[in-house]
Amino acid sequence: MSTSELVPALQQEEAADPFVLGGEAFTSRLILGTGGLPSLDVLERVVRTSGSQLVTVALRRVEAAAGSSMVGVLEGCGVRLLPNTAGCQTAREAVLTAQLSREAFGTDWIKLEVIGDERTLLPDAVELLDAAEQLVAGGFTVLAYTNDDPILGRRLADSGCAAVMPLGSPIGSGLGIRNPHNIALLRELVDVPVVLDAGIGTASDAALAMELGCDAVLLASAVTRARNPERMALAMRQAVEGGRLARSAGRIPRRWHAEASTSMAGLPDL
Amino acid sequence: MSVQVTVNGSATELADGATVATLVAGRSGGHDRVAVALNGDVVPRSRWTATPLSPGDRLEVLAPTAGG
Repeated sequence: MSTSELVPALQQEEAADPFVLGGEAFTSRLILGTGGLPSLDVLERVVRTSGSQLVTVALRRVEAAAGSSMVGVLEGCGVRLLPNTAGCQTAREAVLTAQLSREAFGTDWIKLEVIGDERTLLPDAVELLDAAEQLVAGGFTVLAYTNDDPILGRRLADSGCAAVMPLGSPIGSGLGIRNPHNIALLRELVDVPVVLDAGIGTASDAALAMELGCDAVLLASAVTRARNPERMALAMRQAVEGGRLARSAGRIPRRWHAEASTSMAGLPDL
Repeated sequence: MSVQVTVNGSATELADGATVATLVAGRSGGHDRVAVALNGDVVPRSRWTATPLSPGDRLEVLAPTAGG
């Protein structure tokens, strides 16, 4: 099946199984980050190929910000914008960044990131929960990037976050999902959507996230820094869909020893 | 007369009577989705013209960019 034949088939599968987040229904379960792409032209092709309907963006000082046409390109693709609080290290910074994003982008949706340091980019649990509580109280729809800690995830869900987004491994590392058991446990513990966010390196990582029960996958570097971003965007789209289908299809149990699929009955004595 | 403020980390001299609106007009670089923080608080767009700048003010003038 060629790429052009495959995309309509994927669209059918996606439409039959909507992803409800913050009261909105999406057909795509792939949330795309935009950081790291070489040009607006590649950005547009990657967004369209990925099928993503929710795309992350950021705020920076005007001197360092991308051209104003970036938002225009994304709006032309018909996607919803999800501002992030990337780089914030305290609840105060994150809350202010969310408020500034609401001004700039006209949305109260926020991907909440509060990191502990710039070397690991790992979330600071204490500041994160504080920020989440303040933002929920302020009327924001909070999608919280968090550690792969089921108990912290439950605390974030209890605080009113619209989604809990555990990392698979550190941001941009491409190390995949280092603790699959915790991701599956978190999925069991909360009633809000769980989005695997950060660490995806290749398609099998995205498929695994969905097989573990995640409701969606958020990734940026795995696509934007791939040698061929557009091709990787399609790979991720297929992987998310494949993992989702496999999850709902019910995998076979793991066995220590083999179990023949060909019947032994009637085996000839040669 | 002029007003000394800090804009995006740099010392900046503005004409007396400057407001957030006049600052943004000179600094937005064509961005139409600018957000402004003054001394750690958001200044909503609707209040830009009515918000004068005082000596020592710290401003952040921000615009959209790509991000993960």
